[in-house]
Amino acid sequence: MIQGIPLEHFLIVSTIMFFIGVCGFIIRRNLITMLMAVELILNSVNINFVVFNRYLYPDQLQGQFFSLFIVGIAAAEASVAIALIINIYRNMKNIEVENVNEMKY
Amino acid sequence: MNVFMFYLFAGIILICSLLSITTRRILRAAVYLLCVLLATAGLYFMLNYQFMAAVQLTLYAGGIVVLIIFSILLTHHISHRFQHPNVTKLLMGIGAGAVGIGLALATILSHPFKATTNPELPVDMTVIGNQLLSTEKNGYVLPFELISILLLAAMIAAIVIAKKEKNKNTEI
Repeated sequence: MIQGIPLEHFLIVSTIMFFIGVCGFIIRRNLITMLMAVELILNSVNINFVVFNRYLYPDQLQGQFFSLFIVGIAAAEASVAIALIINIYRNMKNIEVENVNEMKY
Repeated sequence: MNVFMFYLFAGIILICSLLSITTRRILRAAVYLLCVLLATAGLYFMLNYQFMAAVQLTLYAGGIVVLIIFSILLTHHISHRFQHPNVTKLLMGIGAGAVGIGLALATILSHPFKATTNPELPVDMTVIGNQLLSTEKNGYVLPFELISILLLAAMIAAIVIAKKEKNKNTEI
């Protein structure tokens, strides 16, 4: 626990970061930048887990394990998403969302 | 000192995450994302979770950002700039974000959080390793095995998806 900083300040930071990620996911039209917005969202959730673990339940380690597994899943998700993006670029020469509509009908 | 460092990291996180979704150059967006992840690792260090901070530094800042920069360099020209997003989408995004922030903060600030009074657990690598691989209470061996299978599947999937099809012309 950090002396002099209440739990709510951490939660405010992570909440604002989460919704910045949501906003970026809606605004952006490029696949890679949308992936980066998803990374922001996952990261803010990690902060929440770790801070709850530290401030409210320092006798256990559950929050830390949850964020460990979230980091692992984020790595797997990013690798598969980037493989897909590179494959789309190879087929269509473009990764803007509005131009990738060949599978839609 | 601690308080000052916390607000410094919080400011870096907020400003860089905002810049990373508004900048028009994609490589700069990736670098701002890197700044956000590094500041998050700093927060973990301040909370005394050294292992979590090391994982954040190596996996997120070292692995995922490098992967993203790789794919940016493969698919974009460096001088490429985005167009401005259209106004309805911008308003929708900002509206969703503002409403969400308002609701979540109203809930958080009105909720009384109560800490346990149990004695604090020392967080060192021995405790983490024992709990991660134990099958007793507080053991996490099942998600550990599941995530190892998930990582294997993701690795194979990434190879299969990104592979070039070799014998397309000879088969026809």
